Amino acid sequence: MAEFLINSVGLPEWLAWTLTALVAAVLILNVIAGGALVFIWAERKIAARIQDRLGPTRTGGRFGWLQSLADGIKLIAKEDLMPEGADGMLFRLAPYVSFCASFCAFIALPFAFDFVGQRLNVGVFFVVAVLGLEVFGVILAGYASASKWSLFGAMREAAQVVSYEVPLGMCVVVPVMLAGSMDLVTIAEKQAGWLGNWYLFHDPFTFVIFWVYVTCAVASVNRAPFDLAEAESELVAGFHTEYSGLRWSYFFMAEYGSMFLVSALAAVLFLGGWNGPIPVAKLMGLSAGTGDTAHYLVRLLGMVNLLGKATLGVLVMMWVRWTLPRLRIDQVMTTCLKYCTPIAAAMFAGAMIWQLVLPGGLVPGLSRPAGEIREGWLEGPGGRRPAPARGADVAGVSP
Amino acid sequence: MMPLAALDWHSVFFLLFAALACACAVAVVLAENVVRMALYLVFSLGATAGLFFLAGAEFVGAMQLMIYVGGTLVLLVFGVMLTAQAPFVSIKTAPGDRVLAGVIGAALLAVLLQSAFSVADWRKPAVGREGEPAATPLGMALLGTRVDEAPAGAPPGIRSGYLLPFEIVSVHLLVVLVGAAYLARAKRRRTPRPIEVAASMEPPASLAAHAAAGRESARGGSVLAGGPR
Repeated sequence: MAEFLINSVGLPEWLAWTLTALVAAVLILNVIAGGALVFIWAERKIAARIQDRLGPTRTGGRFGWLQSLADGIKLIAKEDLMPEGADGMLFRLAPYVSFCASFCAFIALPFAFDFVGQRLNVGVFFVVAVLGLEVFGVILAGYASASKWSLFGAMREAAQVVSYEVPLGMCVVVPVMLAGSMDLVTIAEKQAGWLGNWYLFHDPFTFVIFWVYVTCAVASVNRAPFDLAEAESELVAGFHTEYSGLRWSYFFMAEYGSMFLVSALAAVLFLGGWNGPIPVAKLMGLSAGTGDTAHYLVRLLGMVNLLGKATLGVLVMMWVRWTLPRLRIDQVMTTCLKYCTPIAAAMFAGAMIWQLVLPGGLVPGLSRPAGEIREGWLEGPGGRRPAPARGADVAGVSP
Repeated sequence: MMPLAALDWHSVFFLLFAALACACAVAVVLAENVVRMALYLVFSLGATAGLFFLAGAEFVGAMQLMIYVGGTLVLLVFGVMLTAQAPFVSIKTAPGDRVLAGVIGAALLAVLLQSAFSVADWRKPAVGREGEPAATPLGMALLGTRVDEAPAGAPPGIRSGYLLPFEIVSVHLLVVLVGAAYLARAKRRRTPRPIEVAASMEPPASLAAHAAAGRESARGGSVLAGGPR
């Protein structure tokens, strides 16, 4: 886009780059904030239906779909309170720290082949590293509130997030190993084609490790049944007990942003990213070499595909939340240390051995061997090549 | 408009991140509250990670975020545990210590500046090998294969990569990990097992038990149970 602005529109270089960066930042902000609005409404409806209620029905028509907007207006109008013994600076800063961490992780997340804020060579690593920083805001909030409930919630969250980063890291490493790259775009492109090319179905070990990833992801974003940090029945509201108004809603935007992020990461790592179960674009004849408009259309389709998968992931998290009871802290730790970590380690070793023994898959021809195209082929020697079609066989097009 | 166009934006961002890192580092020294110190440390280390990203070293930048900033998280947890008790809420440095630390810091800075400016290559304007900050050559080199060219005039062994140092560091870390687990385990025998404590007591005690299961003895937990202030 920056090249287009410089060459075709004739803007000076600095303005073009600034505009490009602003557009990307605003789009990502919209994903988080708009997503939070929709997901909070969805959460209330799903919770209500699971508990045999109706949920919001009046605000904004039949399904109460303006409920989140009304909530938002109420939150903006609320008084911004601070407890008397609180550490003022940290108390005010904490929600923004949480939100910024959630926002930064989105920078490296690709939505389609080149619909990505900043394509990083170590995208997976960056996303996981930044996602872990969200807990900073929570700890600061818990400490600065000068309330024992907040402090307990924060310490629980710290313990939980630090522990669950270990199995989460192990789960993330498996698709990285199969793809031979830490670049999220490369990982997703290698799963192009039919359903069988998804890393979820690559071998039995990746299928198992996907569910370990799901467990760890739910735990690392503090959703029930792992929501000890804000256990209502024990800690009032946990780390955000003392918060009100807009600051409180920043925590919630961060939480829903993180939920969406781990779901999108799962989609990219295991569920083919923007490459659907059926290569629609390829069947429609839209592949590399059919022109710019077609490329754009293909990428747009891919983005819808990825957003759909991520939304589905968030909805599953809600379903789990309203179905399972909350675990105790010792059960949470047991799940992490005695189940998730050993299973992830064993599956990691298994996937590695599978890769060595059966590189072509169990049935030859059913799925392409992972890692057959190396990093950099996607780009070609002269930099960024036109985007391969969604569903196009990348290995077939490359030289 | 024109002055903006004439600016070297790379330098602007470099100065921004560098100033942020330095200012936060000074704030760590001057702050009196442990948690605020940890927060400033996080900002300082984060700005350093920004410098790495600016230089195109994405892997090192992400490493910086994961290891240093993530490690400070644990520091922050201990800070919170310690400052829950009144005598530790504010930490004041004695004036003598301040002077001593200033002298030592200035001496170190002088040595570093001197050695940095004495390298002739670093004083030339940056003509980078751009566009290949890939992590794959790095990983291959750690596994023993250098896919990039060896530097001119290097001894022949240098192409064989860094497998041996990598393995030594890995085994060393493993030993440390096993040792830490052993120490934590030996300590835990004297106190009730976390599961028992958590099952039989209210939430504060389960938290204390968890702290014991982690890196701290039961002391940090019992301090916590007293509340923050």
